[in-house]
Amino acid sequence: MTENYTALYEEHKKAGASFTDFGGWQMPLKYSSELAEHHAVRNAAGLFDLSHMGEVWVTGPDAAAFLDYALAGKLSAVAVGKAKYSLICQEDGGIIDDLISYRRGEEKYLVVPNAGNAVVVAAALAERAAGFDVKVEDVSAETSLIAVQGPNAESILLALVPGEQHPFVTELKYYAAVEVEINGQELLLARTGYTGEDGFEIYIPNEDAAGLWEALLEIGAGHGLIPAGLACRDSLRLEAGMPLYGNELSREGNPYAAGLGPVVSLAKESDFIGKAALSELKAAGTGSTTGRKLVGLKGLGRRAGRGHYPVLKEGNVIGEVTSGQPSPTLGYPVAMAYVDVEHAAPGTALDIDLRGKAEPFEVVALPFYKREK
Amino acid sequence: MSKVVAELKYSAEHEWVAADGSGPVGIGISAVAADALGDIVYVDLPEVGSAVTAGETCGEVESTKSVSDLYAPVTGEVVEINDDVVSDPALINSDPYGAGWLFKVAVTEEGPLMSAEEYASKNGGEL
Repeated sequence: MTENYTALYEEHKKAGASFTDFGGWQMPLKYSSELAEHHAVRNAAGLFDLSHMGEVWVTGPDAAAFLDYALAGKLSAVAVGKAKYSLICQEDGGIIDDLISYRRGEEKYLVVPNAGNAVVVAAALAERAAGFDVKVEDVSAETSLIAVQGPNAESILLALVPGEQHPFVTELKYYAAVEVEINGQELLLARTGYTGEDGFEIYIPNEDAAGLWEALLEIGAGHGLIPAGLACRDSLRLEAGMPLYGNELSREGNPYAAGLGPVVSLAKESDFIGKAALSELKAAGTGSTTGRKLVGLKGLGRRAGRGHYPVLKEGNVIGEVTSGQPSPTLGYPVAMAYVDVEHAAPGTALDIDLRGKAEPFEVVALPFYKREK
Repeated sequence: MSKVVAELKYSAEHEWVAADGSGPVGIGISAVAADALGDIVYVDLPEVGSAVTAGETCGEVESTKSVSDLYAPVTGEVVEINDDVVSDPALINSDPYGAGWLFKVAVTEEGPLMSAEEYASKNGGEL
């Protein structure tokens, strides 16, 4: 697997990070303790390097019509300045990736795929662009992405933004983005995240990333900010019930089984790739009356289920865990799993086969954790 | 770098053995292993009175990120387990060679064990 390094690799080494391969990238797994990092994000703030994520600009007169065709959502309906969570599907409805698209102008979108899928998504977009008057430009290699997540994220960020621009930040809504001066530099700031907390994501050229990283750490220290690795990013997103591509989402799966039916706009007038197959899947009741469905499982004991462990009902395999671990915030094991729809109702008692031993779990509604507004 | 204690012996599966030549030996997992596992949240130990065999699994250690088998570094009878570490597994992270010890065995036979120097050089620990 190709080893890629983000522009912040040396910063992570300096901070004592242990590294892991993720989607072909050497990424910080944790700096000290993943539990401490998890709690910092829930109670104060955490600083994440997300530069492994992709960035693809889609520009031109047909930008909106093209994304309506290439993605499952209705991107033409997104107001300039706002963002939308969407899926890029295969003709058969299988999920190539889940991604966020920011509308930056009438004819301008920034599409952000996952690290491991960035190349594939950029290629699929370029291929699907045939016949549309658009330019598809993959700028992943020169773009870094830094996230500040947690209840103190806004005050930390404001310390690096000139006073007259503070309203740009304080009035920025969830799933919206704005150009704002941060640490003396005009940058794209989005109020998005993958932690279940309030927070921001900042797009920045590689050569400036280390400077901003250090400035945020220095300013943030007084607000409880610490650098946070992928280990806690995974536990945070799991508590927040957010799917991870490769665990909950795949080419073999589909949006209806994953609970992402509302993300698919079958109602949009224009055709889109996967529409015919997705219409059939929906009409068949996939994920509601037939097949398997993604659910939350709450552990009644102390042991956690892990990815690929079988889910049992009275000893029979009726599903499989996709993600699972002890929840640091809630204090009990949580898991997401695909289970047969007849066993998917909240309150259903199921077991996870923990290496030969049945451990009791209960189906619960997702998310496991929701922050107080 | 993770600490390796000079006075102990180590198995290839990262257990340490405190063998002073008399009485039951204390067993735990090395700081190298504890650091690699991450924050430990659950530990399953063999029962007092049970027999363990060097090189065979005798329990589990579970962190937020993963589950690992615990291998017996010696053969013999378990004579004591650390109840504190069962109720507070984080002790394995905070004090792997002290309060985070796991169990004691009346040894009939040692498995293959390494010196601290050998273990540290193989696993990137610091003496």
